[in-house]
Amino acid sequence: MPGGWEAVIGMEVHVQLATRSKMFCACPADYVGAAPNANVCEVCLGLPGVLPVVNGRAVEHVVRTALALGGSVARHTKFDRKNYFYPDLPKGYQISQYDLPMSRGGALDIGGRTVRITRVHLEEDTGKLQHAGDSLHQAGESLVDLNRSGMPLMEIVSEPDLAGAEEARDYAVALRAILRAIGASEAEMEKGQLRAEANVSVRRRGDPELGIKTELKNINSFRALQRAVDHEIRRQIRVLEAGERVVQETRGWSEADQSTFSQRSKEFAQDYRYFPEPDIPPLELDPAWVEEIRAALPELPAPRRARLVAQYGLSEYDAGQLTREAATADAFEAAVAAGAPAKPVANWIIGAAPGLAPGALAELVNLVGAGTINREQGLRVLEQAQATGRAPAEIVREQGLAQVSDPAALEAVVDRVIHADPQAVADFRAGKQQAIGALMKAVATATEGQANMRLARDLLRARLIRSA
Amino acid sequence: MAIREQEPRIHAFLRVTEELARAQAADADRRLAAADGVGPLTGIPVALKDVLCVEGVETTAGSQILRGYLPPFDATAVARLRAAGAVFVGMTNCDEFAMGSSTENSSYRPTGNPHDPSRVPGGSSGGSAAAVAAGEAVCALGSDTGGSIRQPAALCGVVGMKPTYGRVSRFGLIAFASSLDQVGPFATSVADAALVLQAISGLDARDATSADRPARMLDGVEDGVRGLRLGVPREYFDVEGIEPGVRAAVERALRDLEAAGAELVDVSLPHTEYGLAAYYIIAPAECSSNLARFDSVRFGMREEAATTLLATYLQTRRDGFGPEVRRRIMLGTHALSSGYYDAYYLKAQKVRTLIAQDFERAFAGCDAIVSATSPSVAFALGAKTGDPLAMYLCDVLTLGGNLAGLPGISVPCGTSEGLPVGLQVLAPQWADATALRVGRGYEMVRSAG
Amino acid sequence: MTLSRADVRHVAMLARLGLAAGEEEFYAEQLSGIMSHIERLAELDTEAIPPTAQVVALTSRLREDEARPGLSQKQALANAPESRQGMFVVRAIQEPEP
Repeated sequence: MPGGWEAVIGMEVHVQLATRSKMFCACPADYVGAAPNANVCEVCLGLPGVLPVVNGRAVEHVVRTALALGGSVARHTKFDRKNYFYPDLPKGYQISQYDLPMSRGGALDIGGRTVRITRVHLEEDTGKLQHAGDSLHQAGESLVDLNRSGMPLMEIVSEPDLAGAEEARDYAVALRAILRAIGASEAEMEKGQLRAEANVSVRRRGDPELGIKTELKNINSFRALQRAVDHEIRRQIRVLEAGERVVQETRGWSEADQSTFSQRSKEFAQDYRYFPEPDIPPLELDPAWVEEIRAALPELPAPRRARLVAQYGLSEYDAGQLTREAATADAFEAAVAAGAPAKPVANWIIGAAPGLAPGALAELVNLVGAGTINREQGLRVLEQAQATGRAPAEIVREQGLAQVSDPAALEAVVDRVIHADPQAVADFRAGKQQAIGALMKAVATATEGQANMRLARDLLRARLIRSA
Repeated sequence: MAIREQEPRIHAFLRVTEELARAQAADADRRLAAADGVGPLTGIPVALKDVLCVEGVETTAGSQILRGYLPPFDATAVARLRAAGAVFVGMTNCDEFAMGSSTENSSYRPTGNPHDPSRVPGGSSGGSAAAVAAGEAVCALGSDTGGSIRQPAALCGVVGMKPTYGRVSRFGLIAFASSLDQVGPFATSVADAALVLQAISGLDARDATSADRPARMLDGVEDGVRGLRLGVPREYFDVEGIEPGVRAAVERALRDLEAAGAELVDVSLPHTEYGLAAYYIIAPAECSSNLARFDSVRFGMREEAATTLLATYLQTRRDGFGPEVRRRIMLGTHALSSGYYDAYYLKAQKVRTLIAQDFERAFAGCDAIVSATSPSVAFALGAKTGDPLAMYLCDVLTLGGNLAGLPGISVPCGTSEGLPVGLQVLAPQWADATALRVGRGYEMVRSAG
Repeated sequence: MTLSRADVRHVAMLARLGLAAGEEEFYAEQLSGIMSHIERLAELDTEAIPPTAQVVALTSRLREDEARPGLSQKQALANAPESRQGMFVVRAIQEPEP
């Protein structure tokens, strides 16, 4: 970082949980695509007289997440009201958790660095606003859609343990992998199912005091997260180096301008007047039930990555790629179990994301590995196998795709090609090594892509040199 | 029809739902004639306090801010009465958002006490109490947050009951103070009140604070008071402002109960004098949050002149809420605001624990606690409107029951200065049937007053 | 304690209650009167007393995760002061001066 500065970053991540219904009412959780205000009921509209009833599945997802992060799940927890006025908040308060979150502590390993988790709690989402003008503050009026109002939302707060934009991104990526592995959320940033906010400050390296932080919002992709944090760190350093002060504020990320901009805060005086939600009895989380959930947790991405390295001799990079989605790692292990070597299977999965059954994938990998078909043919076979569901070996057999590795057969082709293109031959003899490329292409065309290209090249080279 | 005769005199109703009542009555007649599909309340005219949502019927909580509001759903208590065959005759007047003890805080009009229309019917459920007292409805529903069923029942000379907190679903009750509110019945007899309570009680999947407790309100209601120990809390008889005539009427009732075989025992509720202070932190704090939804976005009045969102909020809530509602919202906002929470809200919650413990200890030595319901009889309209604290003191004998979540009933027990006096019976949580039994036991032996 | 006019102004803004002319004074006086009664809570030693937020001992009232359709858009908007394109309309969102 320039000029002896260091950045201190903490993350607040909001996650929409994978439930069928909303947090406190039975409205469907799948509101995407519904006409505005057509996925609402009296409860999530906050009509007079309504009451919230907690979705048990949402509680379970939070417990599962907390356990996956190594947090300590509270035995006794409760909901509180966070009071503020905003048109996307129908009741004038958000049901959230204040002093007794569902879980405290835990950590997330982002490959070399451990990020401590402060807390995980459960709350409800707000509705959405549309502004008639260019921006929030210029619009003459705004439109309110409450389809999202009352969606179950989990907030995961980290300690300020991150030191850069890339780490912030890694944190979000690792969190997403865990959430998907345990089924707590689809966690698609682009769909707003995972919303990362970064609290960013900078200070002189070695300074024990934290700098003044800003909170970055409106980030809807991992790439935007990294860029926003990077931009904000640079901005703060510029401000401080100019002898000015960083203002504590919320800043948005503008994708168009690739920069952060000041957003005024929601509540001019941040006095949320939290108090215990009287409409919801406290939750007692039975330790035996929590242990049942713990026992049923799937293998998590970080330990699985380590195991793939140890057990299959994969690189850290490959193992990391494979464990970004539990399903991907599952496919890898199944194909290896079906009899294909690990490294090529990993390459195929990372490179081509094949949607094949384990046995078929293993078969394909082995056909290429044995030289029966080449990689180009392999990709074509994959395409057909995916489309038709037929076995790769069968496709190869029926379409006569096996590559031409017979030297005698290829020799004949090479002869024809050399006679047909005297110019290329002359160029080669004049010292233009690359002229062999044109001849290779001609061999491939003549054999409809089925030539063993390594053998073809050797034969060509031998013929050209011999006749020179 | 009683409504036509009585309304010009007392104004118990904000809206008479004549059309709905006729349709329901016709349906009831058909069922009764066919002796098929007859419920426990089939054909019984019931009045509903204007804080209980009725699908498609204007429900305003006595407030201008909800003028014209048509709920798209029934409150659970309303739905259960509907299912039991009741006929809804109208929405009754009340203090705005149930905040008050005289119904004078209604933003529409005051209601007169049927015994003397120049006096208040009590409140906040004054319209429901008056409607039943005047014979405009056989029974009614009200809501009780600090005494809002029992106190008007006492002042109007009818039976009114606040059940144990959680006995009746609050779903569809426009909230005042969520941890204190409870829906309950008015009737002219304890037996009728028990019948209505039975119909509306029980677990509701839509109210997480409703309890899964068997509701057998009529069990033992006719058993009389013989053998019951009735606690007499001295603090309730010496409370500030208790009228000698009220005290005398209640003491006469205690002698009647004793003569009928009840044993009177002295009990103490030492934190009584702190109840009002705790109540006036907790109730306003909860109301300040509950009433935040009245923001003119999805329903309710909007001040159209405003050109910004903030101005809309400020002007709508200034003009849409009356002075008492604004007073309580400010009081509650202050109590919850940064720097004051521990000194006020948390402190009040701790005092609430002390008050609940007082009752627990008292009930260790008795089956029910008896006292006056209201320290005074019905007072003149306007007598207390300028002095909020004097008005708050009307609830001093009833709000303890809300803080502790107890069932409590008010039963008429004679008169003072020619006006009705109420006997309050409080019972332990879930012993609603005991409160009813004592109330009914007293009715059976009541001497002329 | 007493509430000053500034306290009333602050609380009224938090609660989004507009005040008419003269009301700051009026509410400062009235709320101070009520608060002076409430002050008596301070007489009690409640150090060791747990708070009661809910008076009936219920816990963990959870609902099954089952979805049911709610209101139609028409019903949702039926009571709105103003709606357009299926949405509620609000005036320009500008924040108050601190």
